[in-house]
Amino acid sequence: MPDQSEIEVLVAARDWKAEGHGVALATVIKTWGSSPRPAGSHLVVRDDGFFLGSVSGGCVEGAVVDDALGVMKTGLSKVLEFSVTNEQAWEVGLACGGTVRIFVEPVQ
Amino acid sequence: MKAETIETVLAEIEAKRPVVLATNLETGDQRLLHPGDGENESECADVERALRVDACIATDAEGGPRVFYQPFNPPLRMIVVGAVHIAQSLSTMAALTGYEVIIVDPRESFAAADRFPGVTLNLEWPDAAMESLALDQRCAVVTLTHDPKLDDPALQVALRSDAFFIGCLGSKKTHASRLRRLCKAGFSEAELARVKGPVGLPIGSRSPAEIAVSVLAQVTETLRKPAP
Repeated sequence: MPDQSEIEVLVAARDWKAEGHGVALATVIKTWGSSPRPAGSHLVVRDDGFFLGSVSGGCVEGAVVDDALGVMKTGLSKVLEFSVTNEQAWEVGLACGGTVRIFVEPVQ
Repeated sequence: MKAETIETVLAEIEAKRPVVLATNLETGDQRLLHPGDGENESECADVERALRVDACIATDAEGGPRVFYQPFNPPLRMIVVGAVHIAQSLSTMAALTGYEVIIVDPRESFAAADRFPGVTLNLEWPDAAMESLALDQRCAVVTLTHDPKLDDPALQVALRSDAFFIGCLGSKKTHASRLRRLCKAGFSEAELARVKGPVGLPIGSRSPAEIAVSVLAQVTETLRKPAP
């Protein structure tokens, strides 16, 4: 059962799209080690940068929103990965020491 | 994701029908699969497993397409037979844990709205009540009355359903005689093995609230760590 907040994310994706916004959906597809949000967690991003939901404890959302805005432009889905061993760790790493893989797709 | 796909997922959630969203991570292609659907046996099994354990599954077989299966299950329900003291604690705790709680008890003095604010009460005879609830694999059934004339009819319906948890309050002795009665009613040993009795994890509970904790812990264990 998706909890209420996950349903709200899907409702927002539908409504924003219907209002004519560009919309992208990010989904946690795999986690290793400790990671705050399980596979299936969603973050939905609107073309003005507004977002709802979460894919981590707030550690990587900023970077995912940036990529989501890019995905809206290209119309192509992509897979992102974040971890402390990643070079990006200095900017957007996961303090918990886990790794998370995220699928970002445009809502069409 | 296509806007129509989101629309369909939301409609299935609303209609309380289980569905799995399958995403090809290479191409972004998506399909909605219902129980029994799948391109081959292994995919059918993945769909079934994702729904059963209520968790996402990613296949990353060498060479094969990487597919992500996300289940959208109907809400969890807990049916508590017996509007007794333990039911008061259990209904509150189960609601916090995400269950829609329905209390079944035909005794009006027990199943009084004042004793269970905000909880759905069903005052029909337990077998009729259970039939009308159309139990599915997202249901847990807990009997608390110890009274065979109330517990047994409820259990007979639960045992013919796909409920993921069936548990009964009562001593080991009470439980042994309960199993004998159900056996006489035609249930096999294998069918009766589903019944957890005395219900609850052995954590030394004393008060009604502590017993509710032990029951909810066992229900959670059965849901999240099902026997392989």
